[in-house]
Amino acid sequence: MKKLLGVTLLGAAIAAGSAQARDYEEVRIGVDVPYEPMEYRTPEGELTGFDIDLGNALCDEIGVECEWIVQGWDGIIPGLMSRKYDAIMSSMTINDERREQVLFSDPYFTPPSAWFAPADTDIEMPYPQTLEGKTIGVQRGTLQDNYVTDNFGDVADVNRYATADDMVLDMDSGRLDILFLDFPVGKATLLDSEEGNYKVVGEMITEPKEYFGDGFGIAFRKRDEALAEKFNDALATLRDNGTYDEIYNRYFSEKQ
Amino acid sequence: MEALMNALTELLADNTIFTMKTLGYYGEGLVTTVQLVFLSLIIGLVLAVPLAIGRGSRHAWIKMPIFFFTYVFRGTPLLVQLYLIYYGVVFVDGIQDTWLWLILEKPFVPALIAFTLNTAAYTTEIFRGAIKSTPRGEIEAARAYGMSQRLMMRRIILPSAFRRALPAYGNEVIFMLHASAIASVVTIMDLTGAARFVYARFYAPFEAFLFVAGIYLCLTFAILYFFRYLEKRLLAHLKPANQ
Repeated sequence: MKKLLGVTLLGAAIAAGSAQARDYEEVRIGVDVPYEPMEYRTPEGELTGFDIDLGNALCDEIGVECEWIVQGWDGIIPGLMSRKYDAIMSSMTINDERREQVLFSDPYFTPPSAWFAPADTDIEMPYPQTLEGKTIGVQRGTLQDNYVTDNFGDVADVNRYATADDMVLDMDSGRLDILFLDFPVGKATLLDSEEGNYKVVGEMITEPKEYFGDGFGIAFRKRDEALAEKFNDALATLRDNGTYDEIYNRYFSEKQ
Repeated sequence: MEALMNALTELLADNTIFTMKTLGYYGEGLVTTVQLVFLSLIIGLVLAVPLAIGRGSRHAWIKMPIFFFTYVFRGTPLLVQLYLIYYGVVFVDGIQDTWLWLILEKPFVPALIAFTLNTAAYTTEIFRGAIKSTPRGEIEAARAYGMSQRLMMRRIILPSAFRRALPAYGNEVIFMLHASAIASVVTIMDLTGAARFVYARFYAPFEAFLFVAGIYLCLTFAILYFFRYLEKRLLAHLKPANQ
């Protein structure tokens, strides 16, 4: 703790000494791997994933060189403060505790949840009316559980499971009509491993915020406001010109 | 009733965890737990009486299968039995297309089957012990009256065996209540299921489980009291005189 405090104080002293923002020609970005599908390594050892692809696209848009620096999660904010890198793009959820230490960009991503059902289901869209009397599976205590309990708990049966495996077993046996899951988990356990048996029903769900959170942000040192601004502008551009959607669909689409 | 609800709402006004909604979950959990335990005990008891008589039979073809049944169900954890029955049935090919699936689809009946068979096995052994320890004098007296085996079983052996088995059976009932806590692993929202839900929702393990422990204590107390009353009535003749 003392050491951490020392590092923070030193960082503060340096920050005070050179308070004006500098122009970055090269931006070093800290990332903690692996966390599929956001950031991981290919079998050849290359970094890849949604964060990496989006980060590179952002750097291209801004016109700076990007270098990825791998850093363990527990040291990722101290690493930013001690200037090992200039930004963190590592599936970091925006919250108030972190806001006290770092400057966040606009949210660039909210982990999507999705409804999964057997391929021959008669449910077309998941609304409280269409799910009336159905049995919904969720993992106990997850944000998906809270969402389903509050919005569908009165009309449908909610079965809560300790693990995703138990849930998939009951889905296979026909005890569940539909599941509400983290999209990457559902994709790995239902779409990829049992191809053709299951499908996603309706849209990916990332709203409302009270259940699904503020999403992920890119973290900067607090004084690098100009840099954060550049990333925000670039993010807005990528969202407008379709690059964002193209990268999103690379990792979050049921067809692959 | 309305006054009670109002008083309760007022009492809970400042409480973020124990709202009317979470109390509702506990209430439904209580009903489920009591249903599950009560039904399995009743059915288990009905099964156990003939099994206990058969267990003491002279014929190996009656005795051995019953021994095997009690050995298996007393020799494996109830949790494993529950998993086997709940998840095991789905590996029977085509079961989804038969009428059986109508009752096995929901978790309640598989859990009821597991609990019933388990308590039947224990109760069988409790009764067998009680039947075996019937005083020789009572049997000899019955024979001297010329009672048939059947009449003797009905009039002499079973009534006296039930009385002797009562304290041990009371224990089994309490064990069954506590064992029912595992029902929530197959998604049944029993008392423990409700506590787990509240725990996960509010990150409040202490409050959630302490509250449910209190409910279990109350249930146990009711069972203890009931059996003490039964013992007092049915075993009155065994008390020392002048007391």
